[in-house]
Amino acid sequence: MTTRSPWRPVALLAGLVLLTAACGGGTTRSDVAAQQSSAPATAASASANPNAPLKQGLKIAFLPKQVNNPYFTIADEGGITAAKEFGGEGKEVGPSDASASSQVSYINTLIQQQQDAIVIAANDPNAVVPALKQAMAAGIKVVSFDSDTAPDGRHVFVNQAGAEDLGRTQVQLLAEQIGHKGKIAVLSATPNATNQNTWIEFMKDELSKPEYKDMELVKVAYGNDDDQKSFTETQGLLRSYPDLAGIISPTTVGIAAAARYLSESPSKGKVKLTGLGTPNQLRKFVKDGTIEAFELWNPADLGYLASYAAAALASGQITGAEGEKFKAGKLGEYTVGANGEVLLGKPTVFDKDNIDDFDF
Amino acid sequence: MTATATAGETVRGRGGRRLVDRVARVRELGIVVALAVLFGVTGAVNPSFLSYASLRDILLNSAIIALLAVGQTLVVITRNVDLSVSSVVGLAAFGGALVLADNPGVPIPVVIAGCVLLGAVCGAVNGLLVGAAKVPALVATLGTLYAFRGIDYAWAGGRQVNAADMPEGFLALGTSAVLGVPLLALVALVVLLVVGWMLRNLRSGRELYAIGSNPEAAVLAGIRVRRRIVAAFVANGALAGLAGVMWAARFGTVDATVATGKELDVIAAVVVGGVAIFGGSGTVYGAALGALLLSSITSALAVLRVDALAQMAINGALLIAAIALDRVLALRVAAALRRAKERPPNRITPSDHSEAR
Repeated sequence: MTTRSPWRPVALLAGLVLLTAACGGGTTRSDVAAQQSSAPATAASASANPNAPLKQGLKIAFLPKQVNNPYFTIADEGGITAAKEFGGEGKEVGPSDASASSQVSYINTLIQQQQDAIVIAANDPNAVVPALKQAMAAGIKVVSFDSDTAPDGRHVFVNQAGAEDLGRTQVQLLAEQIGHKGKIAVLSATPNATNQNTWIEFMKDELSKPEYKDMELVKVAYGNDDDQKSFTETQGLLRSYPDLAGIISPTTVGIAAAARYLSESPSKGKVKLTGLGTPNQLRKFVKDGTIEAFELWNPADLGYLASYAAAALASGQITGAEGEKFKAGKLGEYTVGANGEVLLGKPTVFDKDNIDDFDF
Repeated sequence: MTATATAGETVRGRGGRRLVDRVARVRELGIVVALAVLFGVTGAVNPSFLSYASLRDILLNSAIIALLAVGQTLVVITRNVDLSVSSVVGLAAFGGALVLADNPGVPIPVVIAGCVLLGAVCGAVNGLLVGAAKVPALVATLGTLYAFRGIDYAWAGGRQVNAADMPEGFLALGTSAVLGVPLLALVALVVLLVVGWMLRNLRSGRELYAIGSNPEAAVLAGIRVRRRIVAAFVANGALAGLAGVMWAARFGTVDATVATGKELDVIAAVVVGGVAIFGGSGTVYGAALGALLLSSITSALAVLRVDALAQMAINGALLIAAIALDRVLALRVAAALRRAKERPPNRITPSDHSEAR
């Protein structure tokens, strides 16, 4: 009954096309062959020479949590720009999913390619450490940014902003908007998101100060960085706390979803919303009055700084020890802090007056 | 008691029994009962859950998943499954949003039609793989789940389309209401009624059930199995494309990861709605009610101030409870109907039989 089948060749062709497309999805954007002829990395020097010039032609690989995440696209572009400035060569490679182990195979590939430095935003603080240790043993400098690895897995961690700064400033922002008075809630990412949980701890600590005695944190809700769930949780907050004064959402997905919901609800402008988001994402809601002000570090600057830190390490200017200094192009001079941490600085606050100056 | 009173009671009694019989035969009864219990309990604890604004939100929340569940039902009753719907939604949502953002002059209906077409093409790929190349649906659509998402990633290249980039008129589709009912929910309702009618009354609809019940028999009965299966996948893909546009209009922020993982919600809704996962039985109404139940559970937990960390576990437990309730009711009803059949024939009139499906 199926001897004569005009459909089959068509289906086969479709299958082949898809297979090709699928292969294109998860692999690196780099040309592996081009990377094979690199010189061996220089041996790690025990002491730093702050006056060493930045080496030319450094190969720096950026390994984000996942490719196609707009935030990391901007950060990595910032890093690649910096690499161009100091005569190096930057590229972005990475997995298409942000699972704990997905970065390991990319690290192994980068070791084989003999990169000079790897700049990584770790999906899991521990899962990547063995691979990164191998990289460091092979003379590759490792800089973590955005999300740190365990300290023995990297030389330097470029921190977007101190967790403390971020936690406290978000409470300060909201407190100004609601006149230091009323019930507030937090709409976070997943319950086990390390960054968000640290910030929330500092928020709670800030709220315990006397000037916030009239403010009460009634609930921490979790939108799981999912549009639909964040919508539902925002609705739930408004229903179960009719006298809610404000919401802090320290996650870009959460704040966008909450803003979209609030902008069409009767609570628009009455329930204040602040948190961490990108200007492009929230421009509409700042202009229509749903959001007065929110904040974020500049991800392009974060990548830029990480790139310079990697170059300083690879050139022997720093080793990752506390107190060492290096210059990061337009951002000026930075000092390595305790545990090899470099702090980008305080977050930028965006409101209707300055939001049009930013495009990310 | 006078004779007239007794007669009247008998008539009323028989009428009542007929009504009970009729209601009991509705396969979706269990879900309706579960929904009623959920709304009753949540409303008792927090009456604002039953307010107009809240009900409107719940309808909106479930509209997209309900639409996808209707499409998925078409595929599942043919004893197949389409895991790639979430990727098709993502592709259509991003494609539509990108076109709107880059070419503000394009008429919105054209964009919607384009997304539906894109979805239909994706569905056709699935349909050809399953129907013509005879790849098992689970494997074929698992492959296209990644392939379509991969195309989406490559197309997006990390770009995000934000609310400010899309025309106001388009975003309004996601929030506007007709006579108090959200537009998106109306779209889902219209699709539900049309597909429901087609499945029940058209020959092609009945043939889908026949294929799912017994594929070999369907072939022997002269049903064009391959064509029907491809058609079911194309229809499902087109609905997923439509759902993608709705997603973009509703959430306003679109990147390549839109709707990741939602295929499981859709399949859960279909199964909760009483559609047999091995094909051959179930209705789109059940699937839509399943979607409504799922999103109502999530909304109820958010309103009830349930501890956030326990929410997911409770969500799962309630889901199992709803299915169990549905199953128990179905078994009870089946037993009751059997008993009724064993009684003297004058109790059940032939017209009752014709009502049963």
